[in-house]
Amino acid sequence: MVLQLLVVAAGAPLLVGLMRQIRARLEGRAGAGVRQPWRDLRKLVRKEAIAPHGTGWLFRAAPPLLAGTTLVVAAAVPLVTADSPLDGVADLFAVAALLALGSVALALGGLDTGTAFGGMGASREMTVLALVEPTILLAVFALSIRVGTTDLGAIVIATASSPLSLISPVSLLAAVALAVVTIAESGRIPVDNPSTHLELTMIHEAMILEYAGPDLALIEWASAMRLTVMLGLFAGLFAPFGIATAGAGPIALLVAVVAFAVKVALLGGVLAAGEVFMAKLRLFRIPELLAGSFLMALLAVAASFFLA
Amino acid sequence: MTLYAWALGLCLAAALVALLPTRAPAVLRPTGAPAAGGAVAERVRAATPTVGAITVVGGAVTAAAGALAAVAGVRAMLGHGWSAWLPDLLPLGGVRLALDPLGGLFTAVTGGVTVCAAIHGIGSGPARATRVVVPLFVAALLLVPAADGVGAFLFGWELMAMTSLLLVLAEHRERPSVRKAALWYAVMTHLGLVTILCGLCYLAAGAVGDGFDQLRVAELSPAARNVIFLTTLAGFAAKAGIVPLHVWLPRAYPAAPGHVSPLMSGAMVNMGVYGVVRVGLDLLRGGPVWWWWIVLALGALSALYGVLHAAMATDLKRLLGYSSTENMGLVLIGVGAAGFFAADGAGPLAALALTAALLHVVNHAAFKTLLFQAAGSVQRATGTRDLDALGGLRTRMPYTTALFAIGALCASALPPGNGFVSEWLLLQSLIHALPASGVAGAVTMPLAVGAIALTAGLAVATFVKAFGVGFLARPRGPGAERAAESPRTAIYGMALAAAACLFLALNPTLVLPALTEAVTEVIPAGRPVTGEVTLRLTTITGSISPILIALALAGAMVAVPALVGAVATRRVRRAARLWDCGAGPVSARMEYTATSFAEPLQRVFVDALQPESAIDVTAVKESAYLVRRVRFRARVPDRVERRLYEPVLAAAVRLGTGARRLADGSVHRYLSYGFYALTGVLIVLAVIS
Repeated sequence: MVLQLLVVAAGAPLLVGLMRQIRARLEGRAGAGVRQPWRDLRKLVRKEAIAPHGTGWLFRAAPPLLAGTTLVVAAAVPLVTADSPLDGVADLFAVAALLALGSVALALGGLDTGTAFGGMGASREMTVLALVEPTILLAVFALSIRVGTTDLGAIVIATASSPLSLISPVSLLAAVALAVVTIAESGRIPVDNPSTHLELTMIHEAMILEYAGPDLALIEWASAMRLTVMLGLFAGLFAPFGIATAGAGPIALLVAVVAFAVKVALLGGVLAAGEVFMAKLRLFRIPELLAGSFLMALLAVAASFFLA
Repeated sequence: MTLYAWALGLCLAAALVALLPTRAPAVLRPTGAPAAGGAVAERVRAATPTVGAITVVGGAVTAAAGALAAVAGVRAMLGHGWSAWLPDLLPLGGVRLALDPLGGLFTAVTGGVTVCAAIHGIGSGPARATRVVVPLFVAALLLVPAADGVGAFLFGWELMAMTSLLLVLAEHRERPSVRKAALWYAVMTHLGLVTILCGLCYLAAGAVGDGFDQLRVAELSPAARNVIFLTTLAGFAAKAGIVPLHVWLPRAYPAAPGHVSPLMSGAMVNMGVYGVVRVGLDLLRGGPVWWWWIVLALGALSALYGVLHAAMATDLKRLLGYSSTENMGLVLIGVGAAGFFAADGAGPLAALALTAALLHVVNHAAFKTLLFQAAGSVQRATGTRDLDALGGLRTRMPYTTALFAIGALCASALPPGNGFVSEWLLLQSLIHALPASGVAGAVTMPLAVGAIALTAGLAVATFVKAFGVGFLARPRGPGAERAAESPRTAIYGMALAAAACLFLALNPTLVLPALTEAVTEVIPAGRPVTGEVTLRLTTITGSISPILIALALAGAMVAVPALVGAVATRRVRRAARLWDCGAGPVSARMEYTATSFAEPLQRVFVDALQPESAIDVTAVKESAYLVRRVRFRARVPDRVERRLYEPVLAAAVRLGTGARRLADGSVHRYLSYGFYALTGVLIVLAVIS
């Protein structure tokens, strides 16, 4: 678990750097290098923290809470090993709820500033969250029917032992639904654009506008970790190959780390390449996208009931 | 038994204490002072809001009654139940009382809510009528789950309806809207009483007596059972605020005084659930599957409708009222699923679903008591419940803000709150329905899970809005600017409820064994949940540990700032201006309000909500092109009310105005009415016989 935490904590900024680099190259730019997010974090941590007028304890507590929830999720989800000591403590529902708790913390931090930007970001984030949550739960439902439990480790091990179940309609539908949800939750195009500061479109950036210095570093780091964890979870659920099981030796763990890094890097690369060719959706078209993913998840559940 | 009797006795004593005359606060008045000193004392009281000794004694006695009732309820859940028959107290059947684990659960919840509400009520200096009626209301609430016969049950139910109606009416002098709310409440609650009365009397007619033991063995035809179940379900649903009978709820809660709405929302609406479980699962011993489909569908509909309107509401208490509809909907989903599984022969799943439903009743009572107390405090401190005019209470009411935050976390069903645990159990029971139920389950369960999931997401948005807009940022109105922290007793009442929330959130494994007793009483299928630190389901694989999640979160919350502190070079925070786009200081008018916060969701659910808006443009007299004032009004009407109730009300009004022509003041005409009616009846009787 410690290994998994370290891999996520250290690798998440690198993943973001890799995705930016891929985008830059595809757009014909040189790019800043894969390690640039780490350099940014170092710079931010050295700056002084800001206490904007009229903000209170919630504004200060939001970044650690966001990072804390993400760390707990990173420890509980089977990314490198399916034998987590937190296994049995948190299942897929709890993971989804913990991620939501992180978003809530950030939204409250945004509202606490009392600026129009903070409120706008919080309002939009909560709208997206309210529509994403049902899809996650239904996709979980669909995936857990085959295994008979919502325990993440059990789902991953069961899928790894029978890879043919991956090409069933249930898995495919759930995969599409979860893919949309992953994009929405991690704030990527076409739901949100992480590299814009335009009032008309921004969601995540509007909430964190008032943060600076170490606070901002925490948020950036936590957002990168969220992206990594969600891509890792997606990879674990639909391509659970190489994940170490109980009692695995150091070599198996090393293989698992490499497999995890490759899978997440591949998914991140696909996501980044996709973003180059896609424009952001209008804000009020996003619910249609999310409703579509909800329908996919519902179909997945229905399929799993009737095919079982 | 003695504890319960003492609790009832203390309620009556508290009511009697409140009847004592209080011309002036006893703490300020020297003993034996002449009545002429009253005027001075009156002036002193106006200057210092000291609470009279009688209020303190009354509140303390009521709280003690609540504590005793809670203990009695818990004892009944642990197997120390009792029953009593007082044949002379009421004509015909007498009064039968008994406290079994199921009744004990609801008694214990009522007792707990009473303690918090009574302590809260001391500091708010309630009017005398309120002080007298609140203990009686509590007594009625204790009577309903302990009733063991139709007579006692209906007596307690009607007493509960009457006393709560008086409490809703308590502030009718201050606010005219209270009268209309009370009218709605009176009509709805009494229509509910009539249907319950019909159903239970029909049931009792088929049995040898009115005791619940006799009703359980009554031989009834299936058609009669259907009629009984449906009529009582209508009445109980009205009490629980289930759509489409919820219309009184968002009106009555805002109308009731600050410490009464927690009692109504935390204790009274539960009685609807109690009734459905008692009559449907216990007295009628389950029934055909379609009964429970209806319950499940009503639950899902209420959960969705309630949370949608809560997400749109800008009145804090109205929001909490709709949230009650939502939570009772979730509970009914659990009850419906339990009945469905039981009718299908899947006992363990049924037990799990009912456990989840009852745990949610307890959790909802805890967090809603806390939230309504906080809402009452806010209303007293700011004079408004409108979220659009609130804000900035974080610095002005720090304790209330922190306690409301705990309640909001629990209500939005996120870990580490208590709502999360019961919703997790509920989802687990629905998800594992597959092997047990056939096609019916395959269609129903995914839809139910979808409804719960959508409810969960919207509840998060609702409570982020309530807390973030209502308490954080800067005040949006003059009331919020002048707010001051609530009296100490109010904070104690809220802190007690918050402690209960946290206990339930972290240690559900300590509560569940007692709860299981109540479940096994109606669905005997063993213990569905075990474990001490980790909650483990016994018949299906699934486990969760709320306390370990909370500990991990707390650890991470400590570790992360420590890590940042170790790396950061500059420790001091610099005060800075907010980013205002360089256009001068940010004012409160630029803040997001509750309405604007909910606007994206309103757009998404525009078809379901059908909001209304109107724009009035007033032009200056000289030219239609020069605008003097533009007025924009938007509101989200209750569609059920609009479509279902308004036509009925309009028809009733038309009938009334039409019938007015029959009474034109002519005595001859009135006499002829009597004559024709009598002859008509005689003719009819002659034809029939």
